[in-house]
Amino acid sequence: MEDFLGIAELGTKTLQDLLDTAESMAEVLTRRVKKVPTLRGRSVANVFFEPSTRTRNAFELAAKYLSADVVNFTGGGSSLEKGETVWDTVRTLEALGVDAVVVRHRTSGVPEAMARQLDIPVINAGDGEHEHPTQALLDLLTVRQRFGHIAGLTVAIVGDVLHSRVARSDLYGFSALGARVILAGPPSLVPEDLAEPPVRVTWSLEEALAEADVIQVLRIQRERQQEGYIPSLQEYRARWGITRERLAQAKPHALILHPGPQNRGVEIDSDVVDGSQSAILRQVQNGVAVRMAVLYRLLGGEPE
Amino acid sequence: MADGNKKAAAERSWRITGALILDPFTGREGQGTVWVEAGRVVERPSGAFPEETVEASGLWLIPRLTDIHVHFRSPGQEWKEDLRSGSMAAAAGGFTVVATMPNTDPVVDIPALVAWQRLEAERLGLVRVWPIGAISVGLQGKALADLWAMQEAGAVGFSDDGRPVADSRLMRAALSYSRSLTGPIIQHAEDPGLFAGASMHEGSVSHRMGIPGAPAEAESVMVWRDVQLAALTGGRLHIAHLSAPGSLEALAWAKRRGLQVTAEATPHHLLLTDEAVAEWGYDAVTKVNPPLRPAAMREALVEAVREGLVEVIASDHAPHHADEKGRPYTEAPFGISGLETSLGAVLTALVHGGLLSPLEAMRRMTAFPHRLLGQAYPGLVPGAPADLTLVDPFHEWTVDPGRFYSKGKNTPLAGARLRGRAVATMVDGCWVMREGEVIDPCADN
Repeated sequence: MEDFLGIAELGTKTLQDLLDTAESMAEVLTRRVKKVPTLRGRSVANVFFEPSTRTRNAFELAAKYLSADVVNFTGGGSSLEKGETVWDTVRTLEALGVDAVVVRHRTSGVPEAMARQLDIPVINAGDGEHEHPTQALLDLLTVRQRFGHIAGLTVAIVGDVLHSRVARSDLYGFSALGARVILAGPPSLVPEDLAEPPVRVTWSLEEALAEADVIQVLRIQRERQQEGYIPSLQEYRARWGITRERLAQAKPHALILHPGPQNRGVEIDSDVVDGSQSAILRQVQNGVAVRMAVLYRLLGGEPE
Repeated sequence: MADGNKKAAAERSWRITGALILDPFTGREGQGTVWVEAGRVVERPSGAFPEETVEASGLWLIPRLTDIHVHFRSPGQEWKEDLRSGSMAAAAGGFTVVATMPNTDPVVDIPALVAWQRLEAERLGLVRVWPIGAISVGLQGKALADLWAMQEAGAVGFSDDGRPVADSRLMRAALSYSRSLTGPIIQHAEDPGLFAGASMHEGSVSHRMGIPGAPAEAESVMVWRDVQLAALTGGRLHIAHLSAPGSLEALAWAKRRGLQVTAEATPHHLLLTDEAVAEWGYDAVTKVNPPLRPAAMREALVEAVREGLVEVIASDHAPHHADEKGRPYTEAPFGISGLETSLGAVLTALVHGGLLSPLEAMRRMTAFPHRLLGQAYPGLVPGAPADLTLVDPFHEWTVDPGRFYSKGKNTPLAGARLRGRAVATMVDGCWVMREGEVIDPCADN
């Protein structure tokens, strides 16, 4: 593995191996002293052309826990504002000697195009509406920790699938490991041709909830209303919002995931976010572990 | 033509023998000899000038190969293309005539700019450049430009290409007014709302890649509106770069009603599908408007060209600088540099594919384009301007944009194997390209 660009192109074996590595990283994170010397002397550039808090922080901590040096580059106040292209930005970082770049960009495909231009590994930290592969890894890890397995589970991905890179990466990851995925949400936001059997599409949240062992709740952005995809956010909540009453109709063991940040009271209610079925904070913890696993795999000892 | 060149042509006589003559203007098809003297086709040479024989066995000889949809970017965007590089690309691609779109900077919406493009192209002495004028002032879609005045200055048609005439009232006015003109109203059919934010065709490929897409209906709802307006007004409508199945139905409806509606298809829509976007992996070289469509839609378009419902093939030659096309997919501009692959793509897809006879294929790039623009050419008959192309229909070659004369190297056909290409182009009895090399008369003088 030279780059980490998307779940779609990973084999099942690689995916399993990454989760196993992440599991041992998660163990490291329970120690009082979390720092291990694995990537001492290596450096990682976090290049975020789009704002991000948790993903960037998780990558930064992951690199630091592995003893790598980290440089952070964010779009605002940078050479980008002086007209530099994104390609020149990362080529410059490569010339400065960094060993890997972690990239987030609002346009799909930017990490892939960068990977073609750079000799060092490129890690996709979310590109447009394409993929967010480390998010899928942390979702998979969270679910595997809770259920002990992924194969045979039913995973409902609820909401704005059309615009969601998380939905795509989750769809590929859970499908690859043998879960059955249901995509649920408003017809305008759930493209049916993403769903090749056995993946299913439904407009009915009730139908999805009745079968789901895992419920991944996607963020709905306010702009979708102005863009004409949905009526008001109130109507969205009434039909697809995860409320405590709705959750009561799901399986008692159903696990709630959300990639964050949450719009409390819109796609998910506070008492669900903070409730006993929520694994949302566990997801955040696992976010550091899976990013350590990815950095370790790309920069660490294991020869390919 | 450039003076020196013109003089040279005026004092020369050419005997082109052995070629298969395909003349869609007259319907002539067969082996024969063509004599050219002093820039014109002649029955027999007068003997007054030195004569040279061109042995053209195994080649086709086509008069007036025409591309009615090109962007030469001048005035104002000469880093993408200019009249010289565009004309050289046309000559290299075998074209003797091109019609240039007016979405330049400034927009070609006044007679002076039409006249300037004409004069500049004549000074260059390569190929004939027929300017298309804007429909609306500044392409703003608000007020009609002075269409008749631009026609008087040499405009052959009118278009806001690059953007649609979205306002139905203005489109009605343009079509209505076109009844008093010789050229058509050429529509870039696109519903702005349905297309908003899109970078490719909406479907399984766009959804997989996470690239915002627009459905084929973004085109066809506008075509349906326009054919209705053509019926209302009796105006002359030409649909540029048609690509959607619904547009074909609208076109068929219009033709059944006997309306003056025509359409063109591009070689890239005839040859490629949206899978090319995935194959090129987010390289914006595949980004074009209208977007590349799925296989079933491509096949419907090919069939429409075959049966003549879509009667013209035009490249929509849209050169861009590599820095622009190198941007992230959604930020890069639309367009494919097409002049130097158009003929090869058409021969590969349609003729060698067994769908169209050579004469019928060439009709869509010669006589039909002339007819729809209201331009006369008699074919290879004595007295006709000697504008012709020699084509090696079986020559196999690999597309290498690095060798393009166009400044635009942006084509998803890069690396593709094509069968057939132009080997010589003559305009006004003067060779402007031979053996793939453009002969620049200005550089020579």
